[in-house]
Amino acid sequence: MKLRVYLTFTSENAREPIVWKLGRDFDVVTNIRTAEIKEGMGLMGLEIDGETEVVEAAISWLESQGVHVEPIEQSVIAG
Amino acid sequence: MSGSIVRALKCRECGQEYKIAPTHVCEFCFGPLEVAYDYDKLEGKFTRELIESRPQTMWRYRELLPIDGEPTVGVQVGFTPLVRAHNLEKALGVSELYIKNDSVCYPTLSFKDRVVSVALSKAVEFGFETVACASTGNLAGSVSANAAAAGLKSYVFIPHDLEQGKVLSAAIYGTKLVGIKGTYDDVNRLCSEIAGKYDWAFVNVNVRPFYAEGSKSFAYEIMEQLGWQAPKHVVVPMASGSLCTKIDKAIKEFTRFGLVENAGTSIYGAQATGCSPITRSVKEGTDLIHPVRPDTIAKSLAIGNPADGYYANKVILDSGGWSEDVSDDEIVAAMRLLAETEGIFTETAGGVTLGCAKKLIEAGRIPRDESIVVSVTGNGLKTLEAIEGRVDAPSLIGPSLAEFDDLVKADKA
Repeated sequence: MKLRVYLTFTSENAREPIVWKLGRDFDVVTNIRTAEIKEGMGLMGLEIDGETEVVEAAISWLESQGVHVEPIEQSVIAG
Repeated sequence: MSGSIVRALKCRECGQEYKIAPTHVCEFCFGPLEVAYDYDKLEGKFTRELIESRPQTMWRYRELLPIDGEPTVGVQVGFTPLVRAHNLEKALGVSELYIKNDSVCYPTLSFKDRVVSVALSKAVEFGFETVACASTGNLAGSVSANAAAAGLKSYVFIPHDLEQGKVLSAAIYGTKLVGIKGTYDDVNRLCSEIAGKYDWAFVNVNVRPFYAEGSKSFAYEIMEQLGWQAPKHVVVPMASGSLCTKIDKAIKEFTRFGLVENAGTSIYGAQATGCSPITRSVKEGTDLIHPVRPDTIAKSLAIGNPADGYYANKVILDSGGWSEDVSDDEIVAAMRLLAETEGIFTETAGGVTLGCAKKLIEAGRIPRDESIVVSVTGNGLKTLEAIEGRVDAPSLIGPSLAEFDDLVKADKA
């Protein structure tokens, strides 16, 4: 599965090498498409490619690190 | 329709252009794609006379909507009333106020019928046989109804704990309703994965650029109904923030074609305090949208991380507008005010918009002596739970004329 997500970092975790750890601990290919950090908030557009279960585990791990993960569409659910 | 002026899909971030296809994200930078037009091809051809000669639906502006042929879905949608609100003018102390009333939009009583009719008409052009959406209310009803009328199969994804009224008002159309257990983020991500895997037209995913363009018809109608004038001030409810940006685009398009004069329209955003990430960004003077966990009765606006928030922020500030938010109590008070002064029963989102308009007027952000349009986008029958216990209960009497006479005397006292 190839998943395209936005990761939102807070001032607490923005300095951590989280994408490096993700690639080290999970068998996924990561590809950063966009990234910026300002006013105490980081935003990264990331493609994560791998086996479905591994990608899902990687997402759960990111969330456990305090990173907000959402699809690049942001809100698929509408009113 | 021959001679479509749709040129391409264009990335709003890096400007990369793509041929027209069911896609929504830039492959280079992940920026959102938007429909781009060759306006020059319409020069001198898109006139008031041409528009006025057509049926009173949103499709009378079809050259500026992104389909190639005749519309096939939602042919009767649009041209809802623009109501001159004299009683509300007195209540708010302003001289010229209008309600654009999409609470009576055909067929499902919300503004979503506009975007869905464009999305589904485009889906038919692309050859899709199944359409889908993820929704907590109005969009679910609109996709279900319009798909049924068009003979399309539909899947509608909803949170598993959605209120029964909303479930039933989508289920009646025979759509395949799927309730998903999990947090908002879980449901959101699964829907994105489903949209990526199945070859369907997912209205707010792969056909979103076309879907969003339908919003422009809301503003085209306002300008025509004002006698071919742009209003000075428009107050707009914000969930994703898309409607703000499309109202701005529509006004610029009509100005470009000389259909209206540039009125220097200011656009104002309205959100519930319990979910106000765009308003917060405007008030704090930043263009960063900090995600929030929604906690408001205005469920149809409860988008914690709005996809068009950045662009809405920019449109509001560039137009000289502002953004405001209101509490749940203020939302209900505004719903009552609109109903009691103008006889219009709006859902909570309309209460948000009118409540914010009131605050903006009282704060001097919107002048009292210029034209103001308040955007009402959904019907109050959809959110009855919001007013339960907050309006007067009926007076109870026995089957006796004397008891009724007493009641009338008491009313007069």
